[in-house]
Amino acid sequence: MSSRLPAGVTRDQALALYRMMQTIRQSEEGLAKACASGLVHGACHTYVGEEAIASGVCAHLTHDDAVFSTHRGHGHALAKGVTPRELFAELFGRETGCSHGRGGSMHLFKPEVGLMGTSGIVAPCILQAAGAGYSFKLRGLPHVGVAFFGDGASNNGAFHEGLNLAAIYQAPTLFVCENNQYATEVAFSYATRNTDVYKKAASFDMPGICVDGNDALAVYQAAGEAIARARAGGGPTLIECKTYRTRAHAEGMRESGYRPLEDIEAWKRRDPLKLLAGRLSAADEASQAELDAIAEQVRLIVEDAAEFARNSPYPDGATATDHVYAEA
Amino acid sequence: MREITYSVAAREALSERMAVDPTIFVVGEGIGRRGGNFATTLGLYERYGQMRLADTPISERGFVGMCCGAAMTGARPVVDFMFVDFILDAFGEIFNQVAKMQYMSSGRLKMPLLMRGCIGIGGSAATHHSGSYYAQFANIPGLRVVVPSTPYDAKGLMNTALTCDDPVLYLEHKNLLATKGPVPEPEESFSVPFGKARVSREGKDVTVVALALMHRKTLEAAEALAAEGISAEVIDPRTISPLDTDTVLESVRKTGRLLIVDESFQPMGVGAEVAARVADQGFDDLDAPIRRLNGAFTPTPYSPTLEAAIVPNPTTIAQAIRDLVKE
Ligand SMILES: Cc1ncc(C[n+]2csc(CCOP(=O)(O)OP(=O)(O)O)c2C)c(N)n1
Repeated sequence: MSSRLPAGVTRDQALALYRMMQTIRQSEEGLAKACASGLVHGACHTYVGEEAIASGVCAHLTHDDAVFSTHRGHGHALAKGVTPRELFAELFGRETGCSHGRGGSMHLFKPEVGLMGTSGIVAPCILQAAGAGYSFKLRGLPHVGVAFFGDGASNNGAFHEGLNLAAIYQAPTLFVCENNQYATEVAFSYATRNTDVYKKAASFDMPGICVDGNDALAVYQAAGEAIARARAGGGPTLIECKTYRTRAHAEGMRESGYRPLEDIEAWKRRDPLKLLAGRLSAADEASQAELDAIAEQVRLIVEDAAEFARNSPYPDGATATDHVYAEA
Repeated sequence: MREITYSVAAREALSERMAVDPTIFVVGEGIGRRGGNFATTLGLYERYGQMRLADTPISERGFVGMCCGAAMTGARPVVDFMFVDFILDAFGEIFNQVAKMQYMSSGRLKMPLLMRGCIGIGGSAATHHSGSYYAQFANIPGLRVVVPSTPYDAKGLMNTALTCDDPVLYLEHKNLLATKGPVPEPEESFSVPFGKARVSREGKDVTVVALALMHRKTLEAAEALAAEGISAEVIDPRTISPLDTDTVLESVRKTGRLLIVDESFQPMGVGAEVAARVADQGFDDLDAPIRRLNGAFTPTPYSPTLEAAIVPNPTTIAQAIRDLVKE
């Protein structure tokens, strides 16, 4: 049974999504291993299970568009153009990392490609993305500000204030809520009475869209429309991506019983990479051999990244207080 | 006396006070069934139930404001921030509302609110999970700021905080949580008053004032220096608002020299306040300039090589003491 790719999605675009999702997945698995062996020095929150979202959204962005991310930001960084080498080196605390070893997992920065930071504090990304949208509008530029954030962040004042601000200024901003149903170990259904985040857009008279966050093509299409609207002066959009993280909140944490193990298994069956691979082969757009070849190419890149990071120097302690203020 | 950890001692105090005071409730992220990211409430949910151990959404400003209202109307809230860095999202509520409420109501309202969180640099936690902030909060009239360094003080100061009518910020250094020390038996009630420093090591050549983890590191340095014939007296202020000046003055009268070791920033910091008070009231007792050793004035870097470069350690503390003794 052949079912075509959705209208407006080319084979090349779909394969690029698949490649990016493989890059994120394999990087995360490599980093998880590195955590266990002590190469990662601080916290490490992986994006496994949520790869379709960063990949689907960032596919529409250029380096001039500004992404503001969270503590779970490796996927956003990679999809926005940070290389696996720079990511691994950063988590390994090396000078060659994207933040020169100053930041680690929760402070990934590469403004050269529009990655305006991951964050150890939940929610400020929402306000900052609204501000980027305002700035682009003020300067007459066709760029967009994009915030990625979790369901947990949607209960923070910053969410409500940020959406309202973007709405009243009609800022070209995309708010992407990655609803994986838990904030650490607190269920979203406990933390709010209305678990449909997209419906909250109505409070600000903003379009609110709900998509299957494990369906890369659905994310790609919804984001494409919202971003095109924002670039054309149509203001902000909230997209809620329903998804699930299949690893622990952070590496080293165990399943302590806060969520049913069957749910994890059920969501693993809806693995976004498998779903996309299935769509591609059902549409006769890619053979298994072709998909395997992509996975293999990515494997070599990720292996090289880990090796590069391991062999990179640590920063010089004497530089610890550089950059506190602007250089004269 | 039995030996228990800092973390168990603080939790025991909370649990014992919750048993006698039904108006105490705790809010925070993961403080319910999970028992707190730092095990601050482990086992309490089972004992006191959901209404008194209320997991919150990630709404720091929101739940601090809510607890301010609850404290004004007969409850005794405990806000558990886990990493105290998250308190900054609630700064306006704390400075403008919580700390000023007693004054604004001309003393008719009380503000029995305890806020707690973990502080400190270590483990590559990086700049959003490594702050101390006590100097900033000690600069707010109306607020008490408590920074215990031993299990005994953790419990004794928690007991005081949970019976005090002022809002209290109670800060626990992450690297002290697992340290052990003597603490009276559970039934034995005791408390440590605010504003009373502790001389934790007697000496005659130099006075060293240090808080939290730096207090522990300073004791290590002092121990090492004893072998070189340098006798350092070590003082732990325990609370910095109120700050005990008399104990420091008395010590300086004996030693003539003062060093303040502080992981946090030097400008406008705890060391500056202690130094100013001693210069003011103990000028004639000083035989050398007052010296400070601080963490670097910078956001906290991630990489171990950078992190190590910005905090005092027993070696740099010992060197600062040697240098001061020679002056
Ligand atoms: C202001 C603030 N409060 C609390 C935390 C601690 N914290 C880190 S991640 C997290 C849960 C975040 O949940 P969510 O936004 O849903 O993102 P997810 O981890 O599920 O991707 C919490 C409470 C924080 N980093 N910042």
